[in-house]
Amino acid sequence: MGEQLEKLYDVELKPGAGENYVCNLTKPEFAEVMKTNIPKEPLPDEQMVEVALKRLDQLRKERKSLQLYLDICVRCGACVKQCHYFLGTGDPKNTPVGRAELLRKVYRAHFTISGKLFGPLVGAQKLTPEILKNEWYKYFYQCSECRRCSVFCPYGIDQAEITMAGREVLNSVGLATKYITQVISQVYKHGNNLGIPEPAFKYNCQFLEEEIKETTGVDVKIPVDKEKAEILYLPPSADLFTNTDTMIGVAKVFHAVGADWTMSTYASEAANFGLFFSYDDLKAINLRVVETAKKIGAKLVIFGECGHAWRAARQFMEAMNGPLPFKFMNILEYTAEQIRKGKLKLDKSRNDDVVVTLHDPCNYARAGDLVEETRFVIKSVCNNFVDMDESVIKEKTFCCGGGGGLLTEEIMELRMKGGLPRATAVKEVVEAHGVNYLAAPCAIDKAQLPLVMQHYEIPVQVGGIHDLVSKALILEGQEEFEAKKKAEEEAAKAAAAAVPAVCGLCDAEFATMDECCEHAEKEHKISKEQCDMVCEPKK
Amino acid sequence: MGVMANFVVNVLPYITFIVFVVGVIYRIAVWWSRPSPIPIPVFPGQRTVGSAIVRVLSDVIFFRSLLQFRGNRILWLGAWVFHISFGLILLRHLRYFLGAEAVPGWVAAVQGIGIAAALVISIPLLYLLLRRIVHADIKWISTPADYFVLLLILSVVLSGLYAKYVARPFVVDVKYVIRSLMALKPVDLSTVTLNTAFLVHFFLVQVLAMYIPFSKVMHLGGIFFSPTRTHHFGGEAHTKQLEEA
Repeated sequence: MGEQLEKLYDVELKPGAGENYVCNLTKPEFAEVMKTNIPKEPLPDEQMVEVALKRLDQLRKERKSLQLYLDICVRCGACVKQCHYFLGTGDPKNTPVGRAELLRKVYRAHFTISGKLFGPLVGAQKLTPEILKNEWYKYFYQCSECRRCSVFCPYGIDQAEITMAGREVLNSVGLATKYITQVISQVYKHGNNLGIPEPAFKYNCQFLEEEIKETTGVDVKIPVDKEKAEILYLPPSADLFTNTDTMIGVAKVFHAVGADWTMSTYASEAANFGLFFSYDDLKAINLRVVETAKKIGAKLVIFGECGHAWRAARQFMEAMNGPLPFKFMNILEYTAEQIRKGKLKLDKSRNDDVVVTLHDPCNYARAGDLVEETRFVIKSVCNNFVDMDESVIKEKTFCCGGGGGLLTEEIMELRMKGGLPRATAVKEVVEAHGVNYLAAPCAIDKAQLPLVMQHYEIPVQVGGIHDLVSKALILEGQEEFEAKKKAEEEAAKAAAAAVPAVCGLCDAEFATMDECCEHAEKEHKISKEQCDMVCEPKK
Repeated sequence: MGVMANFVVNVLPYITFIVFVVGVIYRIAVWWSRPSPIPIPVFPGQRTVGSAIVRVLSDVIFFRSLLQFRGNRILWLGAWVFHISFGLILLRHLRYFLGAEAVPGWVAAVQGIGIAAALVISIPLLYLLLRRIVHADIKWISTPADYFVLLLILSVVLSGLYAKYVARPFVVDVKYVIRSLMALKPVDLSTVTLNTAFLVHFFLVQVLAMYIPFSKVMHLGGIFFSPTRTHHFGGEAHTKQLEEA
């Protein structure tokens, strides 16, 4: 491990450093369309405690994980320096154990014998509206549910389970964030997180089809709302606007293998923000996917480059909305399989301009069993791949700092601090291996990491894996098109060069542009690259 | 002294036994009964039931999570030595539960290592205590209960060592006490000579046993239920391979 990463772990303790990072509260119009029942506005103080405790009691009885993780922590502190928000802020309430204790102390005071008898001596504290508003609402929205702590906990205590429960309790008293509820409301209205309406979604697909045609000469279709299809593809909706190269790459893969696929405007989003909010909404959002797949008779549902989408699919879909009459996989598994079968014609050298490293999305690595396929695909499409330090990849990957429903403007400073560990690791490979491309197969990464890299002044481009696939993949007919295009360009250049030219400095005349350039270099010390500054076609 | 001794030897053990057994069963029953419909394994590790079992056991026996790369290996050493020593000391004490007649070979065999463990265990205990005082972050997350349980175990250890090396009770009398309790027969204190060292040690052990069901020491049982470790796979319709067309 490099010195810079080593230094990361010397954190100065700064209690209260996270106090100022507060997400904006939801608005009534978003709160009322949530599937889980939440008040439109925060409850009055006198009702808060009772409602919150009732919800907490319900949750601990419904979820083994929560009950157990409230009970068995020994506060050994093994998780403390594994949390990116603690490494970035130094606030002890941002350690996994510190954050969980905010909930545990209340649980002990109200639901355990020792807590009722001995109070603060056993770390118990009765719930107050202030705890809900000033501690829970702040700190449960400073956890990205990345589950890195769980890897290092001797009992596998999963902070995400605590955070999810904490947020559900907060929901019950009307303390929800605007960002998450707004995104979910857009899914219910338009089928995707960005709130792209159906016409715009279809228009963008056409636009991307045209772009592929222009660059490859091949008619690649991006089908939407086909009545029947073998494959239902779910992109993160950002792939249709900002990360279009990823969408193009995916469309090309489907085209190359001749797949019968479609996207749907009813379920046009892979991601599932219910994961950050409530089981009810998680289930409802996922149900749109399951219903659509059943309706079009899909045999296979493929999820795009999106981390949370993959966790919602991999761990929740079947348990919540099963049994499923279809199989599902991640697009990276699909592409890896096609490469193994030799169905894709790839020219790695087309990616020789990049040296790639991979940011494992948390939910691929720790919730999705997806670390080998990502690397396999990258190595199949480019020659230069370098992994970051062993302590920050695969199941030990660090969050980008913007996951878990925290990708919102008002807590930008926290996001940058949370991105520090990832940035440090990237910086090491940039300096040691000249890495210039950070592959991040997750829509949240693609929004968050460019800001982080800019903030810490690390010169890398952030992009998807299918962006690289797209560059290396050669479609049928593409080479002919490229050869033709090249020939045309050369012919045009030759035609231009054959025109008689005149030197602008001494007015000497020449039969061709080349001759003029040679003259300019010899007589006027003008290099051939800059020749066009002096030599002009004769009028 | 007589009243106190009578209480510690003839009354408290039954209370301790009931509190400990009922308490532990209750806590485990609660965990057992809670539903867990959503699979939440943390990868990599468990794709089958077998690999989930291996993972849980490797955490139980070797504290694998602490031991892994960039885990906390100093804490691992302290915690592991402490727990193993504690286990060995318990095994050694089995001899007091057996009759005056022959002690089985393996119980005799662990006497030496059990005594060594008793001599060693204070070191990891002091380490576990000191790290809560020295490291600012660990100090911040510690509650009074965390210090209490360490000090309680330390007092059990020290009183045990004192009874072993300084003020030894007569071992036959100790056996008699334990065997009487096991047979639910009252101990006739006029026939045995139990010194203060033994009584203090015996009392502290009982306090510890009664404290366990109400405390974090239950992590010992909880680890077998942890869904991130015990769950395997999840998402059965997920496939990594395409069906041949």
